[in-house]
Amino acid sequence: MRNSAPQLNNEIIGLVESLTNASGISGGEGEVRSIVVSQIKSHVDNHHVDALGNVLALRKGEGKDALRVMLSAHMDEVGGMILDIDQDGFHYFDVIGKVDKRQLIGKSVLVGTDHLPGVIGCKPIHLTKPHEMRQPVEINDLRIDLSPEGSGKAHPGDRISFSTRFTRNGAVMLAKALDDRLGVAILIDLVKHAPENIELLAAFTVQEEIGLRGARVAAYALNPQLAIALDATNANEMPAWDDSENIYYNSKIGHGPVIYVADGATICDPRLVRHAITIAERLGIPYQLRQPGTGGTDAGAIHKSRSGIPSLTISIPIRNIHTPISITHIDDFGNTIWLVKEMLASLDRSLLTSERA
Amino acid sequence: MKSLIKKLVETNSPSGYESAIRAVIKAELINLVDDVQTDALGNLITHKGEKAPDGLRIMVAAHMDEIGVMATHIDDNGFVRFTPIGGFLPHTCYGGRVHFINGTRGVIGREKLQDIEKVPTFDQLFIDVGAESKKDCPLKIGDIAVFERPFTELQNRIVAKALDNRIGVAVVIETLRKLQKTPHEIHFVFTAQEEVGGRGATAAAFGIDPDIALVIDLTGCGDTPKGSHKEVRLGKGPAIAVRDNMMVVDSRIIKWMTKTADKIHLPYQLEILERGWTDGHAIQITRAGVPTGILSTPARYIHSPSEMVDYRDVEKSVILLQNLLSNPIKLDLQ
Amino acid sequence: MGLLKVPGLSGYEKPVRLLIEDAWRPLVDCLSISKLGSLHGYKAGNGNLPRPSILISTHMDAIGLLVTGLTGGYIRFTKIGQVDPRSLPGQGVTIHGRKSVPGVIVMPPARLLPPGYGEKPVEIQYLLIDTGLPHETLENTIRVGDLISFSQQPLQLTDDIIAGHSLDNRASVAALTLCLEELHSHSPVWDVWAVASTQEEEGGVGAYTSGFQLKPDLAIAIDVTFAHSPGTPDTGTFPLGGGVTIGWGASIHPGLTAAFRDLADRLEIPYKLEIIPHRSGTDADGLQMTAEGIPCMLISIPIRYMHTPVEMVNMRDIHRAGRLLAEFIIQLTPNFMEQLVWKD
Repeated sequence: MRNSAPQLNNEIIGLVESLTNASGISGGEGEVRSIVVSQIKSHVDNHHVDALGNVLALRKGEGKDALRVMLSAHMDEVGGMILDIDQDGFHYFDVIGKVDKRQLIGKSVLVGTDHLPGVIGCKPIHLTKPHEMRQPVEINDLRIDLSPEGSGKAHPGDRISFSTRFTRNGAVMLAKALDDRLGVAILIDLVKHAPENIELLAAFTVQEEIGLRGARVAAYALNPQLAIALDATNANEMPAWDDSENIYYNSKIGHGPVIYVADGATICDPRLVRHAITIAERLGIPYQLRQPGTGGTDAGAIHKSRSGIPSLTISIPIRNIHTPISITHIDDFGNTIWLVKEMLASLDRSLLTSERA
Repeated sequence: MKSLIKKLVETNSPSGYESAIRAVIKAELINLVDDVQTDALGNLITHKGEKAPDGLRIMVAAHMDEIGVMATHIDDNGFVRFTPIGGFLPHTCYGGRVHFINGTRGVIGREKLQDIEKVPTFDQLFIDVGAESKKDCPLKIGDIAVFERPFTELQNRIVAKALDNRIGVAVVIETLRKLQKTPHEIHFVFTAQEEVGGRGATAAAFGIDPDIALVIDLTGCGDTPKGSHKEVRLGKGPAIAVRDNMMVVDSRIIKWMTKTADKIHLPYQLEILERGWTDGHAIQITRAGVPTGILSTPARYIHSPSEMVDYRDVEKSVILLQNLLSNPIKLDLQ
Repeated sequence: MGLLKVPGLSGYEKPVRLLIEDAWRPLVDCLSISKLGSLHGYKAGNGNLPRPSILISTHMDAIGLLVTGLTGGYIRFTKIGQVDPRSLPGQGVTIHGRKSVPGVIVMPPARLLPPGYGEKPVEIQYLLIDTGLPHETLENTIRVGDLISFSQQPLQLTDDIIAGHSLDNRASVAALTLCLEELHSHSPVWDVWAVASTQEEEGGVGAYTSGFQLKPDLAIAIDVTFAHSPGTPDTGTFPLGGGVTIGWGASIHPGLTAAFRDLADRLEIPYKLEIIPHRSGTDADGLQMTAEGIPCMLISIPIRYMHTPVEMVNMRDIHRAGRLLAEFIIQLTPNFMEQLVWKD
């Protein structure tokens, strides 16, 4: 066991940069898939892309009886899709995944596999009446503007991502799609340095943001003995409007990997929760428990698969999830890699023979 | 059976944390079944009988979990904020008592309401465990509790927390006690995590791969003042579901159930559950499909700390289930 | 048209299934029924074993109503599937109790409704069915759980246009039947499973479980989609009679969209691309996620006024759908699956 966080080199930060800059909206994860396959293919015993576009890979363990552990990270991000073009040449669109409509106005986007630049504007404030300012935003009233020359170059069905580019400011990383490219980066790293005591079944899943769809078929195909979903979760730690105690923060950046007891989709296996906490406390890895409530991760689909699979989610806390610019702390990223690696290295069958709870 | 029901409802086991009730059920069944196993999600799976040439593989499912609350935050003064586990309403909570799995007890209080006419939301409630500060509070995020209310008898009726679905569990155990011969291979499954979406049932059904299934649960009544338009009444016999919110019951299964009841002159009620679901949907869509029926005991005030059933309905549910399982099943040809 | 006259509510599809069995029997090698009542028609391909198989799913159930109780000589009811309550007041129905009883859905006057209703559409929980019969007769004939179907008869407005209830999804059943008729005189390489699925309107249960049982290599769902009519949005609706729609989106494999568009262009079958950003709300969603996942396509026939008893379709679109499907199956080569890759 190591007793300090692994040093994060530029290579892995560079990987986070290329992953977050890539466009991979639910259903169209191709760009991310290419990076994943090129990164892992020489480190795994086999891999393939399934009917939905999941990348499923196997890294064998030592000995015939190694525990079969599935690790999942979802490749898709929230964004949108062009629906049609209106008579003035502006494009109707819809959002894909849970994006608050109020995050859309005044943003720049990239459209389609050619990354055509566009903007989402609105009627100038000078021309907007006070009562209109108080109306809820309707997506039907918004348009993607690719400029008069660009209009018509985009086609219905083209996917839309925010145009944010990755930046780093010391220990802070700012990018779009930190949910869940951070998880993807961690899984790639785990595949490259897989602990030998387990058979690692890596699932880079699709369509998590629209209903945990990729994970569902991936779990069925891989049929693991236990599973850990690597995701990102929101840190809503800003002060409340009236400075009262913020009791709805969900998680906090800089406080370490987030261990889930339960969310809206899964009651995590208490044995795995205990294992994670035990390892973290033994090694002094900072960690936090996510506030139970709504939301879901790939574990929601995985744990119900076949005859049931003991599952846990571990996430990296990020601020402003599902918006154009999310923020995360490098230490949380490093500590999550450390925690998951040590958890896997100390896994053995006795964990599953003890009673669940 | 009353003392069995009392023992079952007084065991605290919310969704996902069913070990206590599992142990109690295991002890009751030990000599009644051929084998007992616990699966990856906590379902208790037992099996009885060999499949005769005219028999089927049947899964009988009764969920053993109950609704509860889970701690989301301990504030600086030691008050505990929480989220519901399972589907119930905030206004059944205020003033209620809870009992955490780690032994801590508490009382549910609420913030001052801006508008006294409005019911509070979950965000406006908290649990007071008697702590004087955060340090003092023996709870952390993720600790889980059930509601606390003693078992009481009111003439023919029983009142307690967790009648949903300890009554179903009792019906199955009592049926097992009475079941003499059966041509079927029956898997009696006490499912986990039903209250949060039938999660245990889905996995158990996959493992068993039954020909048909029967879900034993509780269902609501429409016979209280200005209640719902539901036709189900307390004391009029077990309810056979035609549909619930998530599924339509196979008409051949309904016919088998009603014909069996008619043959033994057992009163029953046909029910349509517009708001609410059971393990049935989860089982029905398993593998290549499982025709699934739902047999419920009528109840009032479901998902409140004081649920009520008529004991005579419970007894009739046992009789009906026993008859359904004892004889060959001739489902009409499709 | 015959299909439209026969009831077949979600979970109670037997009447319509029998009709479909009769139509398919001469066109397939064998018929079987799934555990949940879906109809499976199998036509063996002529390719070498192991032969790939394609499943085409068209749901045979339709939305309808169900008796929930009797009160003061009137009948309370609930819906099966997403029935549009706005189309109900004044609608003729048939209640299938011990015998069939005609009735009409009535909307109580304002004073017999909760206060403040005004002129808003009345929710199903407050509507009632009136048969004119006394309570005692009703009690002997009708009980909780009895089915209620719409008595609106199908209308032939012109040579090509018909209207009626249950065009969702009987129009697609007709299309699949036409496809099978066309295949009958050909010998495709692939095995074909024609599936008339149950309970699509109640969660896509039939198709999902049939997919698990039959484990095809490819699956195509045929359903109906929104034709442009007064009040519908400008995007996401299609001209009635303007051709079928070919799906694109998360539930659909992009390689199949490309293949179908190519084929339709070559055959000069008019079509429109239907953009489906997330869930399609059809059998395709469930089929895609069966077991290890199945590449899926969704072909749809535009109809107006979906989920009312006066749905309207242009029969030429039904013929186009049938033909497109048949031609797709006929041109499937033994190694099609190897070509169906994710082009990243």
